[in-house]
Formats: sequence, structure tokens, C-alpha cells
Amino acid sequence: MTAEVTTPRARSPLHHRAHLLAAADVEGPRGVRLRELPCAAQVTLRLDPSSPAAARVAGALGLPALPVEPGGVRTAAGATERTVLWLGPDEWLVVGPEGDAPAIEAVVRDALGDGHGAVVDVSANRTTLEISGPCAREVLEKGCSLDLHPRAFGPGRCAQTLLARAAVILRQIDTGPTYHLLVRGSFAPYLADWLLDAMTEFRSPEVPR
Amino acid sequence: MLLIPCPWCGDRDETEFGYGGQAHVPYPEAPETLTDAEWAEYLFVRDNPEGPFTEQWVHTAGCRRWFTLVRDTTCNDILAVHRTGTTNPVHP
Ligand SMILES: [Zn+2]
Repeated sequence: MTAEVTTPRARSPLHHRAHLLAAADVEGPRGVRLRELPCAAQVTLRLDPSSPAAARVAGALGLPALPVEPGGVRTAAGATERTVLWLGPDEWLVVGPEGDAPAIEAVVRDALGDGHGAVVDVSANRTTLEISGPCAREVLEKGCSLDLHPRAFGPGRCAQTLLARAAVILRQIDTGPTYHLLVRGSFAPYLADWLLDAMTEFRSPEVPR
Repeated sequence: MLLIPCPWCGDRDETEFGYGGQAHVPYPEAPETLTDAEWAEYLFVRDNPEGPFTEQWVHTAGCRRWFTLVRDTTCNDILAVHRTGTTNPVHP
């Protein structure tokens, strides 16, 4: 008898709620839609932004420079879409498609060389919720104290903050608007349930003021 | 609730922060020479001014950086914010 060796595939934290998310779509001018984008590659990068290693790492990721402004986001042009999010003055999160983490880690470690820094695959730490539609911002505003109005926030920006008391990395993707929420796996069911509840009112017409 | 200006992220709600007490309390140069009373003084006793007070905060739910700010204890006005290791105030 030969044992069949299989590679276990990751099961995302909201795998069991996918049907609930899909059933909660709100269409029309007050539309909003919630999905999980499971298993994104996430690699934490820490180094001194003024060091030669920072320039080498940026180059290896296909960027002219790492974002140094708080909340900055840079997406590299390339075959694989990789995005670098500013998390702190010496800390970034590199986000890529599922399965890309070992490649990101290898590329960054190689560029780091003898330079002082840290590169850690943290893909299993968080999952991604995508919320989109004309009322997506209004839903988030029910539980987030950041000013998400276009005059203060927009595509190409990210922020670490609290949403309904859960720590998230919030990133705006487009002006639809579409947002990505990176949240710890253990908080994801709670946050998804909170968002589903917050979306419910948009099924009904707006109450006249 | 305070609106605290993180020197990196800008104005954020107080709930995103942790409090670290009085800033610039030096570690004793020769702790082994201190009496119990002097050690207790270093560990537990802090200034409690009426007026400007320099204190440490950490942006726990944001950039997770420690910084110092000067807060007027009579009205909670925040008078200055500094990134750790700098003496120039930051007004994000
Ligand atoms: Zn901050």
C-alpha cells in the first residue's frame, strides 16, 4: 500500500461564510458588496529607509523607491502584481497573489544581502475582505473614525486603524469605491458578521431627511 | 475622548493609543547602589503637574511607534508632539 502524498491547501478564515457574503449583495445606487480574497501573500519588511539596502530592495521589487510617506502604497509593474504598503517609518508589508510569498521573500532577501533588515512571511496572519460599491464608504464609516471622504483618503492610500474595534489595514483600491481590509484570521468572522449587519440597512431606500 | 496627533499618522482617536506615563525618566546609572526607597522612587513615583506634562504614548492600533507629547493636564490641550529620538516638534 502506498500512501498518497498531497500538499494541503490553505483554508481561508472565511471559507465557511462565502455563501453568506455572496447572499448579502446590495444592488443599485445604494449598492455594496463584500467578498473574501483568500490567501494573499504577505511579507513584512523592516529596514532603514535611508540605507543602501532599501534602494536595492525597492529595485528588486520593481519600484523606484519604497513609500516613505505615512499611508503610502506602491504597486510594481510586472508579471506578478506586488504592492508595498507603508506600515511604519521602517516597516512595510509586501502583498502579492496567493503562493507568491516564498518568491517575494527570496527576492527581498537576495536584495538585502549583508544589509541590516528583517523579512518575514506573515501570509497566515491576515485575510483580505473586499468591500465595494457606491455605499461601501458609508458602511465603513459606521465603525471607523478615520476620515474616508475623498478629500482626505483615496486610491493609493492605506492606514492601520480600528474598524468596529478590530485592528485592520485599510487600503482603498479605486473610486468605486473599493476597499481592502486586511484583518487577522481570528478576527475575520467577527468583522465579516459586523460588516454584513452594517450593510443590511442599504437594502432599504434612504430615509428622507 | 482625546484626538491625538501621531507624529507619523496624524490625528487619531485616543482608543488607538496606549499610554506610557511620564517621558524622559532616566534609568538609574548604578541601580545596584540604590536603597529600596530610591528604587521604589524610580519605579513608581512620577511628577503630577498642573499644566504642561511630557508623556509617552504608543500608536498601538496604527504605526505602533512610541512618541512623546506635551499635554496640559488642566485642559487636555496637546501642546507639542515629538518623534522618539528627536527634539523638533512635529505637527502632522
Ligand atoms: Zn501612528
